[in-house]
Amino acid sequence: MSDKKAHSHEEHLREKHLMLDPLPRGKMNEMVMEAMMEPPTWKFWLIFGFLSIVVAYGLFYSWARLIMEGVGLAGVNRPIYWGIFLVNTVFWIGISHAGTFISAILRVFKAEFRRPFTRAAELMTTFGLVQAGFSIFMHLGRVWLAYWLMPYPNQRMLWPNLHSPLTWDLLAITTYLLSSTMYLFLPLIPDVAMARDRSTGWRKTFYKILALGFRGTEGEWAHLRNGMNIFAFAIIPVMFSVHTIVSWDFAAATRPGWNSTIFGPYFIVGALHSGMGAAIAVLAVIRGTMKHMKYFIRGEHFDAIGKLMLIISMAWAYFFFNDYMVQWYGGDKWTQLLLHFHEAGPMGWMWFGMLICNIAVPWAILWNQKWRSTPWLVATVGIIINVGMWFERYIIIPVSLSINRMPFTWRMYQPGIEIPLGIGTLAFFILLYMAASKLIPLIPVWEVQEGQMAHEFKKFGRETVVSVSELE
Amino acid sequence: MIRPEEIKMSSEETGKWGMVIDQDICTGCQACVAACAMENNVTFVGEVDSGYGRSMHWIRIERFWEGEYPEVKMTPNQPMLCQQCGHATCEPVCPAFATVHSQSEQLNLQVYNRCVGTRYCANNCPYQVRSFNWRDYERPEPLPNQFNPDVTVRRRGVMEKCTFCIQRIHKAQDKAKSEGREVVDGEFTTACAQACPASAITFGRIDNPESLVSQLGHRSHGVKHLEELGTLPNITYYKGG
Repeated sequence: MSDKKAHSHEEHLREKHLMLDPLPRGKMNEMVMEAMMEPPTWKFWLIFGFLSIVVAYGLFYSWARLIMEGVGLAGVNRPIYWGIFLVNTVFWIGISHAGTFISAILRVFKAEFRRPFTRAAELMTTFGLVQAGFSIFMHLGRVWLAYWLMPYPNQRMLWPNLHSPLTWDLLAITTYLLSSTMYLFLPLIPDVAMARDRSTGWRKTFYKILALGFRGTEGEWAHLRNGMNIFAFAIIPVMFSVHTIVSWDFAAATRPGWNSTIFGPYFIVGALHSGMGAAIAVLAVIRGTMKHMKYFIRGEHFDAIGKLMLIISMAWAYFFFNDYMVQWYGGDKWTQLLLHFHEAGPMGWMWFGMLICNIAVPWAILWNQKWRSTPWLVATVGIIINVGMWFERYIIIPVSLSINRMPFTWRMYQPGIEIPLGIGTLAFFILLYMAASKLIPLIPVWEVQEGQMAHEFKKFGRETVVSVSELE
Repeated sequence: MIRPEEIKMSSEETGKWGMVIDQDICTGCQACVAACAMENNVTFVGEVDSGYGRSMHWIRIERFWEGEYPEVKMTPNQPMLCQQCGHATCEPVCPAFATVHSQSEQLNLQVYNRCVGTRYCANNCPYQVRSFNWRDYERPEPLPNQFNPDVTVRRRGVMEKCTFCIQRIHKAQDKAKSEGREVVDGEFTTACAQACPASAITFGRIDNPESLVSQLGHRSHGVKHLEELGTLPNITYYKGG
């Protein structure tokens, strides 16, 4: 009787946790390969084609017009010199943060639930940064001279101004893009090597190049592990610094509403908030649309990320409140005017919408484990959080810029060509993901297998206990 | 760019060129705005963009009122232009060194051909006096026939702002140098001061205690706008004197 009970308990755990439900390596390889190689359905091509048109029109055609005709096509004016382009830049950098957070921080802390979705999260970092790059370059008045912001040797000895937060911003984002791409690539090597051995034709050539001749010998693994370890640790401070520096663009300026000392951590928490929301939405889509993914990505993963989302939402609420209080206590009359303009001005609906999306909705839904484990529900919450975080950046940039110390210039902002360009970046982000799902293994098979090997059931008397052994 | 050792406190900073604006005698006629646009090749923006807050005037007349309708009382007009701050907030934020401090003239310069258009300087200017070239605006006839050859014509994507008519400063300095003398106070003035029919704007050397601008500037009720930010502005305003 008790034996049967213990057995069913074990069954239950197995069903719930990927790490306790091992499959042979060959079987998992096959599943991941099938998910990737599955010929695209007409639905895939329909969405792909539609997004391609959106990207062609929204991103490339509109950007070309913007470059040819000038920033006047956008909604920026005096005093709102920065508009949705900067909102989108901060938004995409925010999204790119959760990728590294999930992958590097959870790897360093050895959180086992991370294993199946580190790749998807790292892709989010890289693809998100691409959109952030697009958005910041759209913003420039003379984008064809953007290389002047880089320190390159030149005859006139002209260097970028290291006093400017924007210079640091550019350096930080470039560093982050390069290091996160390398960090994406390293754990990918064993998986593309696996794919190389199981494919033919152009794919074989493609994976052959990507795999760098990886054969899986002990020495290669030792080097790879070292490399990944160094990157996992080193990328964490880079990640924190990037969004702190993004916040300096605002915090270092003498604008009411921007000049806030709490902006560094506030922006980091905000970035994680939106990033987690985006990550969970991506996971839900992968799970819902790709073959075999219901084995790899389970309710437990949504549950675990859901918990993180709840905590981050609380942290965000704290920092939001803190930022508000600190600015209010500052007693600057312009700041006080601005803070009232936020909630009582014409954009007050956005201010309240931000609080509902970022605090009320996550708190109302994520406290419940059952709801937290329901993919579509958590994914919806994730998308709502992203809407809320976009609102937050919109309030910080164009709404806060409407009010300054020269009341004669006060004015509202009406977006123009920013809208197709913003939609274009979103479409390009999804498009890159769709392409990646067909080109590289989205599940790090070796990482899942490593975890499964480390987990086992142990019996202590009648009690079944899960034990995890250290592999590394 | 200002290095830390060059940052001075408000009391010890003198500056070089300065202005005194008497709001009480300003009639709000906009002659200074027109003169500035002609002198400095400021482009013609048009009604639509101007109405949307994209006017590019380097000097503007700000008009305010007090009270609620119908008990409305106009307050004195306030000409607003670049304050040529001694410690300018626009300068350190430019990533490309396109806005720099002239050590010899103590003015904030804008290097048009170095500007990439991040617009950070304009955001960080508490006086909101920088103008951005939102487009390549067409100048209606006969405006293209009256370009000032001493001033660069700016293209789209570039920030610009009041220079205290630096071309006139240089011209006067060159002339004085060729004649082997110093520039005399009142020998030249900026376009806005020259055009003002009420002589509300006075321009000159504020580091010379004998100059008219210094004499006017030492009256007791002068105000420097947003001085509390530590920007060390070089324009003194008089109102209700």
